[in-house]
Amino acid sequence: MGEVKLHGFWASPFSHRVIWALKLKGVEYEYMEEDLSNKSQLLLQYNPAHKKIPVLVHRNKPVAESLVILEYIEETWPENPLLPLDACDRAMARFWINFGEQKGPVFFNLFRTTGEAQEKTGEEVAQILKTIEEKALGDNNFFGGNTLGLVDLSFGWLPHWFEVTEQVQGTKLLDPTTLPRLHAWAQNFKQVPVIRDNLPDPQKLSAHLKRLRGNLLKN
Amino acid sequence: MASLKLIGARPSPYVNRVQFALNLKSLDYEFLVEKFGTKSELLLKSNPVHKKIPVLIHDDKPICESLIIVEYIDEIWTSGPPLLPSDPYDRALARFWAAYIDDKWAPLLRELRTAQEEEEKKRVLDQMFQVLIQLEGAYRQCSKGKAFFGGDNVGYLDIALGGFLGWMKVAEKLIGVRLLDEAKTPALVGWAERFCSHDALKDAVPTAEELLEFAQKHFMAKPPTPN
Repeated sequence: MGEVKLHGFWASPFSHRVIWALKLKGVEYEYMEEDLSNKSQLLLQYNPAHKKIPVLVHRNKPVAESLVILEYIEETWPENPLLPLDACDRAMARFWINFGEQKGPVFFNLFRTTGEAQEKTGEEVAQILKTIEEKALGDNNFFGGNTLGLVDLSFGWLPHWFEVTEQVQGTKLLDPTTLPRLHAWAQNFKQVPVIRDNLPDPQKLSAHLKRLRGNLLKN
Repeated sequence: MASLKLIGARPSPYVNRVQFALNLKSLDYEFLVEKFGTKSELLLKSNPVHKKIPVLIHDDKPICESLIIVEYIDEIWTSGPPLLPSDPYDRALARFWAAYIDDKWAPLLRELRTAQEEEEKKRVLDQMFQVLIQLEGAYRQCSKGKAFFGGDNVGYLDIALGGFLGWMKVAEKLIGVRLLDEAKTPALVGWAERFCSHDALKDAVPTAEELLEFAQKHFMAKPPTPN
């Protein structure tokens, strides 16, 4: 015990990616909640380059960046694999994980704008979601096939966080009529026991996001 | 025999990364040159999502995104020296710093190129030097006293940063500032020299001449006055 520690933040989807991966692999860990307005000395020491959560500490060695942590977990605890075995399929999985990362700023833009600017960004987001549905997910239950993997975890902010964010920011882009397969995947994902049991309280999250959006719009 | 094609162009740091990996594994490939400003049918077909180079086509299967391609090459061709470290923690460090380079360094290079005023240029340069100092620390940590980020052999992280060496050298000619400076990042200066003189890599690092010509043709309003 104490061999694996995770520094995280209750509202962060990046933090949750790591929690889900650890739980899917059955890895015991100690969770340290960070106050982002008052980051711990340990966190600053473990991740001086970015000063961000999540940071996984294994045998006293820190790993930062959620996607780097996911690959580390996959390699260190190979039981219940979350990446395909075939190199070409792995490259494809990494491609979609990277796609999500690249498009992150567009979703953030949606969150911190209103009116016409938000509408315009909304069109871009709609295109991105369509690409994810048609090219990444297709007719599969999960990204890449029939079992949950790292790609699903990396898009894991869509089901719970984006749904709450849409209520806060007044959009309705992840819609069952326009994106039936992606919407179905989102509902499916949230019902996987490890995911279902490790999601932030929606009301608390909503209040937190309202506050964040309020601050961003003021500036 | 596996058929390998690389869609790209030498001035692209991301294409260079793939060329380094292919050379280190002694792999033959057909280089399909993309002309700047246009996108070939093959590129659009092979990378419909991003429509960008590089794309590696292996037995008709396209692989996109430079670092993903490098990892793919490492996983398929295991007889040559490994590009990624074998220890998961060292792999995590290599991936972390490669992500850092793409996250922090690449955007700054673009900003520097488009910066109009001297003050803006100075601000971007200051940030670039900060990033290089971080990378100097990363080099010391990852190399463990050896020649490259990957140790005795050139590895994933060397490749990730090495892609930018051509442009870093040209920056001195283009804007009169030496980015890799003995006074600020001595270890990286030594690393850059070793990287650029490595047998498998030296022909894949674009020359200052070809990059200057490219920059003049595509990025500059008027050619600079000759010295």
